[in-house]
Amino acid sequence: MSRANLLFDANFPSASYILGGVLIDAEAGYWQSLTGVILAEQGLEVRQLYSERDDRVLFADLCFTLNAGDVLQIAGPNGSGKTSLLRILAGLSSRYEGDIFWQSHSLDQQRAAYLEQLLYIGHGAGIKAALSPLENLRWSCALRGLKQSDETIFQALTKVGLQGFEQQPCYSLSAGQQRRVNLARLFCIPAQLWILDEPFTAIDQRGVAEIELWISDFANAGGAVLLTTHHPLAMQRPLRVIDLGAF
Amino acid sequence: MASAGVSSLVVAVLRRDLSAAARRGSEWSNPLVFFIMVCALFPLGIGPQPERLAELAPGILWVVALLASLLASDSVFRGDYDDATLEQMLLSHQPLYPQVIAKTIAHWLLSGLPLSLLSPLLGVLLHLPMAGMGALMASLALGSAVLSFIGAIGAALTVGLRKGGLLLSLIILPLYIPVLIFGSSAVKAAVEAGPYLPQLAMLGVFFLLALALAPLAICGALRISVDQ
Amino acid sequence: MSIWTTFHKWGSPRWFYQFSGRLLPYLAGLSLLLLIGGAVWGLALVPADYKQGNSFRIIYIHVPASAVAMGAYMTMAIAGAIHLIWRMKLAAMVMKAIAPIGASLTFLALLTGAVWGKPTWGTWWVWDARITSVLILFFLYLGVMALHQAFDNRDAAAKACAVLVIVGAVNIPIIYWSVEWWYSLHQPASIRFIGESTIHPSMLRPLMATLSGMYLFFAWAMLLFTRAEILDRERNTRWVQDLVCGVQEQGVK
Repeated sequence: MSRANLLFDANFPSASYILGGVLIDAEAGYWQSLTGVILAEQGLEVRQLYSERDDRVLFADLCFTLNAGDVLQIAGPNGSGKTSLLRILAGLSSRYEGDIFWQSHSLDQQRAAYLEQLLYIGHGAGIKAALSPLENLRWSCALRGLKQSDETIFQALTKVGLQGFEQQPCYSLSAGQQRRVNLARLFCIPAQLWILDEPFTAIDQRGVAEIELWISDFANAGGAVLLTTHHPLAMQRPLRVIDLGAF
Repeated sequence: MASAGVSSLVVAVLRRDLSAAARRGSEWSNPLVFFIMVCALFPLGIGPQPERLAELAPGILWVVALLASLLASDSVFRGDYDDATLEQMLLSHQPLYPQVIAKTIAHWLLSGLPLSLLSPLLGVLLHLPMAGMGALMASLALGSAVLSFIGAIGAALTVGLRKGGLLLSLIILPLYIPVLIFGSSAVKAAVEAGPYLPQLAMLGVFFLLALALAPLAICGALRISVDQ
Repeated sequence: MSIWTTFHKWGSPRWFYQFSGRLLPYLAGLSLLLLIGGAVWGLALVPADYKQGNSFRIIYIHVPASAVAMGAYMTMAIAGAIHLIWRMKLAAMVMKAIAPIGASLTFLALLTGAVWGKPTWGTWWVWDARITSVLILFFLYLGVMALHQAFDNRDAAAKACAVLVIVGAVNIPIIYWSVEWWYSLHQPASIRFIGESTIHPSMLRPLMATLSGMYLFFAWAMLLFTRAEILDRERNTRWVQDLVCGVQEQGVK
């Protein structure tokens, strides 16, 4: 299992895109102002990660680093362990062997500091259906110890295209709109690392393009992004891909 | 963007749970309806003689309140687990301990407290002497808080399982026994015009123990349940 | 350093399997000797009780069974704590192995209690403080087993059960004390339990024999069940496969 499993963009040009110049975007300043301090050189480092499920090896000897400005896509067919990997990296699952480092410190020693900089969006709903988008985001911010003004939250909801829906109960929104409420957390919670599990689920075509733009803006601002998706990504950034199907 | 303290975290969790429950009435009204219905079954099962009902009333009211609290406790974390907001709680860099306490207190406000407020009415239906009403309400209010904490442990352990309900009662009911013993004894003592403050004091001790220790088990259990 | 090496050695299922294999015959022999010897001594040689006649003799089974069942729960709780704190997998296997043994012992204690109750109190079941406590202990064991079975994932099952067992262990003193208090409140004057302090020394010695025999039996059963669990969990490892192949080859010869 010591096969090299990191598929760098240089090796697999078909699966990734490198554009010569970094796009300059008016939005890039948003996260810079939200996040304040931007990720130092050393971000997330994974060494010799191994995980199995029901006696089946999901991945072994997995090594990669994720630094400021990196966008890394985890690819692979269903059941190849993409979600398991993301949950391990988010600290929700302890079913792995190997080492994970955040800013050169082991995750076990750094947990609180790591969680403070991490924003994880899983493929669950992530919102209470009985509450309005505004109430949901207020709670999400309070959980992170943030006192975001309602104005910030309204602004975030406008950015995800939910203007006018702020006070409606979430169960009256469509699946795509509910997903957008969850994604609005990206705009009101400062973080340096995004872990996004299938962020495009239930999102329309234009929405997908928007989210891709947010991701590259966030990376331009110095954030790091780890995501899974079955969509072909049209990212205006260098993109790296790790294929878990290779195991 | 200043970091807020633990108290604002507790307030945020309480506010969210209470307002979510306020929009969905069934969460707090179902245990109450269950309480009333099962209490109404007893006269049908053992006969309508007032003396006999009065004698059994403390035990009946306490056992039925305990069952209602048990049924309600399955839902403490169920909704949060299903809509994955539980993950957000676990992934906050803020401590989980106060969040769990806030959730359990919110659950008690929605289940235990209404039960104890409603209990005198059922006491009247079961011919409980007036002397026992105060002890009934006080012991139920205090005791059901302990039951909420114990029940939350079971709920956290079983929330990741598809069939939680019956399993939850199997693992939790034995732990309810001390609360039942002292709660019903307080009511009985009050009816017989004896001192019932010692029993209430014991319930208070149980409450403090549960408040301090149960959240530890709940936090651990939640992490285990999410990691499956 | 030596403590840690011992700890890690004990934590290795393979080492434990080989070590316990050497221990098993001694435990089995000694426990059977003590149990059978103590039973014959207690049932045949000790004079009858002047009040209860021959029916008291069931304490030679009843008392050891309930005492060891209690001890088993505490052992299970310690194993659970070790598993949670040091993530020792072997402790989880021990914990899982104890639950059915403890449940069987509590059931035996309840059964013998009922058999004892009939001639003594004229009824199969009395809500006596001790019997009620044993009944609750039985419920606690059933809860642990039910929770373990409900999980698909073995690691999650072990961790969840460890939490439950520890919660139970913290609660057991409170439950026992509450039940004692409850019984003292309702105790009818006609029923009196014989206290152990009033037992005549000649009755006590065989009891000591069966009690220690029961403890050894528990240790023996625990090792057996743990070994079975080790083989099941480590079935993909080389040493278990070698072991199984070796046994098969011997069988062929």
